[in-house]
Amino acid sequence: MNHWSSKGEDPVAFDHDCREGICGACSMYINGHPHGPDKAVTTCQLHMRKFKDGETIVIEPWRARPFPVLKDLIVDRTAFDKIIQAGGYISVNTGGIPDANAIPVPKVNADLSMDAAACIGCGACVAACKNASAMLFVSAKVSQFALLPQGRAEAAERVQAMVAEMDKQGFGNCTNTGACEAECPKEISISNIARMNREFLSARVCAPKIKEQTGGGI
Amino acid sequence: MAEINSKIPKGPLPQKWTEYKAHTNLVNPANKRRIEIIVVGTGLAGASAAASLAELGFKVKNYCYQDSPRRAHSIAAQGGINAAKNYQNDGDSVYRLFYDTIKGGDYRAREANVHRLAEVSNSIIDQCVAQGVPFAREYGGLLDNRSFGGAQVSRTFYARGQTGQQLLLGAYSALSRQVKKGNVELFARHEMLDVVLVEGRARGIIVRNLITGAIERHAAHAVVLATGGYGNVFFLSTNAMGSNATAIWKAHKRGAFFGNPCFTQIHPTCIPVHGDFQSKLTLMSESLRNDGRIWVPKKKEDAEKIRHGKLLPTQIAEEDRDYYLERRYPAFGNLVPRDVASRAAKERCDAGFGVGETGLAVYLDFSDSINRLGKGVIESRYGNLFQMYEKIVDENPYKTPMMIYPAVHYTMGGLWVDYELMTTVPGLFAIGEANFSDHGANRLGASALMQGLADGYFVLPYTIQNYLSDQIRVPKFSPDLPEFVQTEKEATDRLNRLMNVKGSKTVDHFHKRLGLIMWDNVGMGRNEAGLKKAIVEIAKLREEFWKDVKIPGTNNEINPELEKAGRVADFLELGELMARDALNRNESCGGHFREEYQTPEGEALRNDEEFKYAAAWEYTGENSEPKLNREALEYEFVEVKQRNYK
Ligand SMILES: Cc1cc2nc3c(=O)[nH]c(=O)nc-3n(C[C@H](O)[C@H](O)[C@H](O)COP(=O)(O)OP(=O)(O)OC[C@H]3O[C@@H](n4cnc5c(N)ncnc54)[C@H](O)[C@@H]3O)c2cc1C
Ligand code: SF4
Ligand code: FES
Repeated sequence: MNHWSSKGEDPVAFDHDCREGICGACSMYINGHPHGPDKAVTTCQLHMRKFKDGETIVIEPWRARPFPVLKDLIVDRTAFDKIIQAGGYISVNTGGIPDANAIPVPKVNADLSMDAAACIGCGACVAACKNASAMLFVSAKVSQFALLPQGRAEAAERVQAMVAEMDKQGFGNCTNTGACEAECPKEISISNIARMNREFLSARVCAPKIKEQTGGGI
Repeated sequence: MAEINSKIPKGPLPQKWTEYKAHTNLVNPANKRRIEIIVVGTGLAGASAAASLAELGFKVKNYCYQDSPRRAHSIAAQGGINAAKNYQNDGDSVYRLFYDTIKGGDYRAREANVHRLAEVSNSIIDQCVAQGVPFAREYGGLLDNRSFGGAQVSRTFYARGQTGQQLLLGAYSALSRQVKKGNVELFARHEMLDVVLVEGRARGIIVRNLITGAIERHAAHAVVLATGGYGNVFFLSTNAMGSNATAIWKAHKRGAFFGNPCFTQIHPTCIPVHGDFQSKLTLMSESLRNDGRIWVPKKKEDAEKIRHGKLLPTQIAEEDRDYYLERRYPAFGNLVPRDVASRAAKERCDAGFGVGETGLAVYLDFSDSINRLGKGVIESRYGNLFQMYEKIVDENPYKTPMMIYPAVHYTMGGLWVDYELMTTVPGLFAIGEANFSDHGANRLGASALMQGLADGYFVLPYTIQNYLSDQIRVPKFSPDLPEFVQTEKEATDRLNRLMNVKGSKTVDHFHKRLGLIMWDNVGMGRNEAGLKKAIVEIAKLREEFWKDVKIPGTNNEINPELEKAGRVADFLELGELMARDALNRNESCGGHFREEYQTPEGEALRNDEEFKYAAAWEYTGENSEPKLNREALEYEFVEVKQRNYK
């Protein structure tokens, strides 16, 4: 990609920043795959040695309604930020927090939570999906918190708020094609989607009860 | 001339911060709602500050150049974050963390700040755990720790090799919560071009909307810069492509003193440079030095053969390997501080023992640890780093040792700030890597994340109130004041000038050349002649840039080349100041190694008589030399010694 800009012609615009597969900025379809045909890498980690000399490489931007194209390969992924703003957090203010070791967390859960938290918010899952579903992204965040005791308190509200925002932003439904998992550069597991569905279901079942007990003000 | 007053509170060291908090002026809740604060930057420092200030009730506007606050460069930090929890019961304490940091910084940091940093370190870990940061844990469910350079205790908390990512996502989630509540307004894809002063106080900023190219004026009661470090002056560094100095450099030109610009950290464990088209370097986390042993061949012939591909590292017998860090520094071994490890690697390579095609590499070998602990343990500790290495180098580090070489990584220098984190411009604050901070002449590993979050969560939210408490009667600022219009015009003129050069060479062409000048003369080894040469060469290059840079496209659209050009134009000015500062400092300390000043064993030789001060440079105009102001450093509570890691 640098070669184009070093020629000084109006280069093709694309998002990138860290160049080491962690910021999630880079985003393009290469030869029919988000982040290219190589497994578990982002566009910026893709090496030219993976292509044959003289091979024509086809690149396209993410194509999904909630990610409008801004220029060339640059798309607007603000919809992801909106989903996090809807509930992708644990509501604690700065300060006045008990000691970090006050609540032990089983190592297996901490590790699973970390697996989910590794999502870089790149949007490849959405781009890969024929329905432009954001389920893998959303379920990764829901799972990260659902697996930790700290996240349980708001688990029900969180999953409902995030799913509602996801729908509002125009992402499609999940029909279990598994394309998201196959193309995710961080190998986020589709089992997170199953976990989110369980969380969502139990939130729907429990929420009215909680409402009854608290008079609606959670 | 602005006064240089560090505002260190009186009293014994351990009580200073407590006393400060007890007596500082605060702003009451009703007034907070009327006060607006601009925070530029959404990294650990910026996001944590914006979220915490908004929680307190201030109205915050938060800016970043990326498409989302979550992509700030802090995301790339790998290894970990320090805190004085002493969970390992290995003798750690607030004092020890404070002492290690002062010593690691080679006695060029301010005692009171560093002690405060160590004090709040524990709250950071509590905060992050409560936010749902999935730190590594032991089987019993408690938090795990690892060791980092410059310390003999295990105080580093981590989340696999993605600690920065997890801490930043924690801060981003807190920020997102405040956005939802309407307390923070986000401006992603906005780049700050200048700061606006009204009657001598910082009252706003000029930004460019990176999508439309529109120049906008934004006003507030105070401005906080959390825009990160300037390592990209060197072109090749471990920083993100967009990391830049524009915000702090423009602030400097408007009156904020620049602290210790020449203090740069060269990180010992990066993937060596390969090929001319490379545009950035990749860090291999320092945590690898916990289990990896660093060596080069003992015999020059072996090194030579390896360079020509006639011998493999695995074929070199144990007794023919020189574990030079273990040899030179038996007490700390592979865990000496970064500046020491980097110089030692350079020394071996310069002496002809380097490996890799270029001879500019040393080995980081895991075979002992794999034999001792098993591949599984090493994989669980560093799996993603090994994978990253393999992707880039196409070699399997489980089977053959990694090759590493030092690279520019972090800048200890930055805007000079007082104890309250305010620059010499009233109302203008600097936090995180953007300030000249708490790391003196060398930062210890896992301490930048700590400092960024300390500043943002626990320090600035207090100290900024002392400034704002007498601003409560000041009504909201209009961005139509003449000062805003004038500063906007200057920013627009500069962009037009850039677009109108219509020269023949790309921005990268100039950036690379600047990088070479900096690396050769203001890098790991510096000397008077080289620095003088650099000052002249940078000035020449700058002139050439303004005559011959070629920027395609226009300035009213997404134009990445124009963005780069603006940043490089600023690097071309800052680079010169770095060289001047290095030239002025006739001593070696921490990452600043002046070849003229070393001990017979080749260690850095400080000159405390003359240089026990922080240099605070004052901008005096385009064609005039900057003025040096000094903040004398008083060490009341530690004894100033020569650093010894033997
Ligand atoms: C590869 C790597 C690994 C590291 N690993 C560790 C580690 O393990 N432990 C550790 O303690 N430290 C580590 N560090 C250092 C540490 O990551 C940084 O010092 C720290 O994250 C800086 O945080 P910050 O908030 O000050 O700035 P950054 O995270 O750099 O954020 C800067 C913010 O400012 C914005 N910005 C910049 N310029 C402008 C402008 N002109 N206009 C608008 N917005 C602007 C950016 O968009 C961004 O939001 C590492 C650094 C690197 C490069
Ligand atoms: S789930 Fe995977 S593909 Fe989707 S945003 Fe996260 S990292 Fe990218
Ligand atoms: S540029 Fe950061 S993930 Fe590719």
